[in-house]
Amino acid sequence: MSDEILRLRNISKTFDGKLILEDFNLSIKKNEFVTLLGPSGCGKSTTLRIIGGFLKPDEGQVYFEGKDISNLPPDKRNVNTVFQKYSLFPHMTVAENIAFGLKLKKKSKQYIDDKIAYALKLVNMDGYGDRQPSSLSGGQQQRVAIARAIVNEPKMLLLDEPLGALDLKLRHDMQRELIKIKKEVGITFVYVTHDQDEALTMSDRIIVMNQGIIQQMGTSKSIYDEPQNAFVADFIGDSNIIDGVMEKDCLVRIQDHRIPCVDVGFGKDELVDVVIRPEDLVIVGEAEGLLTGMVVSIIFKGAYYEIKVRVQDYEWMVQSVNPAQIGSMVGLTILPDNIQIMHKPISADEEIVKEEE
Amino acid sequence: MVDKIKNFLSRFYIGIILFFLYVPIFVMIVLSFNSSRSRVIWGGFTLDWYRTLFSSSEVMQALSTTMILAFTSAIIATVIGTVGAIGISAMRERNYKIVLAFTNIPMLNADIVTGIALMLWFVRFMPLGFGSVLIAHITFNIPYVILCVMPKIKQMNLSIYEAARDLGANSIYAFVKITLPQLMSGIMAGFFMAFTMSMDDFAITYFTKGAGVNTLSTMIYSQIRKGIKPEMYALSTIIFAFVFLILLAVNYVPKMKNARKCK
Repeated sequence: MSDEILRLRNISKTFDGKLILEDFNLSIKKNEFVTLLGPSGCGKSTTLRIIGGFLKPDEGQVYFEGKDISNLPPDKRNVNTVFQKYSLFPHMTVAENIAFGLKLKKKSKQYIDDKIAYALKLVNMDGYGDRQPSSLSGGQQQRVAIARAIVNEPKMLLLDEPLGALDLKLRHDMQRELIKIKKEVGITFVYVTHDQDEALTMSDRIIVMNQGIIQQMGTSKSIYDEPQNAFVADFIGDSNIIDGVMEKDCLVRIQDHRIPCVDVGFGKDELVDVVIRPEDLVIVGEAEGLLTGMVVSIIFKGAYYEIKVRVQDYEWMVQSVNPAQIGSMVGLTILPDNIQIMHKPISADEEIVKEEE
Repeated sequence: MVDKIKNFLSRFYIGIILFFLYVPIFVMIVLSFNSSRSRVIWGGFTLDWYRTLFSSSEVMQALSTTMILAFTSAIIATVIGTVGAIGISAMRERNYKIVLAFTNIPMLNADIVTGIALMLWFVRFMPLGFGSVLIAHITFNIPYVILCVMPKIKQMNLSIYEAARDLGANSIYAFVKITLPQLMSGIMAGFFMAFTMSMDDFAITYFTKGAGVNTLSTMIYSQIRKGIKPEMYALSTIIFAFVFLILLAVNYVPKMKNARKCK
């Protein structure tokens, strides 16, 4: 692949006897916005630190533009990192922080000044050059950290939960700005987060990780619409995950009801995990539903109501713009398209899912 | 009314404490300017004791030994202690606690025990003299430096060092330009602490100095055995003033620096 910029090959890493990454393989293309998504401890930050050169893998190699850089220290790599805790140098002004990398590269004063001005403008921090980092808000500090990384014109920018410490509103603004910055500077972004909204909003490609293993790779849409196992379905968005039995192609039995779906290729009477997104379930009259149950709770969430409907011993989560009466009997329907059927994992190790392009 | 009494009592209490702490020193300072040799009669103001003090070659010799000793031992202990603190902070939790506890013991240990132990050690390997005193002072100063530097390391955001490496700095440049400035206030505090501890020390110096070497404290001690002369009040006053100035510097210089930065 000619447009591949980074390849991780058979990377393993152990901390204190605990396996963090196991035989990890990943290829990243030029100019891609790739997000590593997973719960804490899933190995996503470790992966990023291995790419940045702060950790050496126990086994495996890191290739950057085709060259093995596994043993290069961070200062010799053409990547820059934006850290979670901003990590600005507290004894330097904003401008001095941004100039740090350029001065090391022995750039001319004129070049450095121009770059500082450009970078501050890029992150909307015009005129803040003489300020001390401690006098800035968290969001502003993170903007400076991004500027400080970008002025070095790295081929790849690593972002380690850069928005984790910001409040929700600010985080949304920064997400939009990061996409804008990415478009403007045109470099590869590798982004680490545990926030699925963030991942879905910004990424070209999401890599869902758990326990040091890639669970699923794909675009936001494919990850959300077609989760390949229960972990991904549960981690990305809210979902109802319930046991089912495949009666035949395009027919699944859930809670003793036969429900049409669009999935094929499962064994006859195979036990499967069935995923249905709460927004795909529709509340109808008791007689018209594929399933019938009693409304047990309702919570107003702003844009929608979150309604729980108990069918046998399972409580279905439904998102609906219309309220329902607690205690009333209702029917639930679902379009065949919106049902996602997954093989049951045989063991935790088998939850690896093939790369999907 | 109750508040007023409470207020008065708390002021009175702190007043009593300060009184007992500082009145003896104050009396000594006054006596150092007393032209009468008596300790109870005020014979008028004089600087004679200071004059004889500075004209005594023995005193001047001890003073210079003390200063050179304090400065050299503090510098060396600061370097060793700072590097040690960084190393200890990078240890795993369990080792970290054990090593830190061990570095604290010498501070709590009675000076006389440390002094005798070091003397035993030195007489086996080297002649007692300035060298042995210097090594002894470095030894007991290191824990104080670690004590001062460690909290600064704990406060520091370790990823700023990584950020420097990430931006292209090699390990030495990143340490000198980024890590050291963060630790500087702790290192300076450690240095001054070590300096005053060294100046102050009597017991350990006494046991490790051998013949011919005298610091101010050991010299005063030997003088006192011949009877207390008012020159000693003058000398003690000077030492007190000096330590006082160092303490002021340690406490106010970093604050002034910060204040200037924040403008």
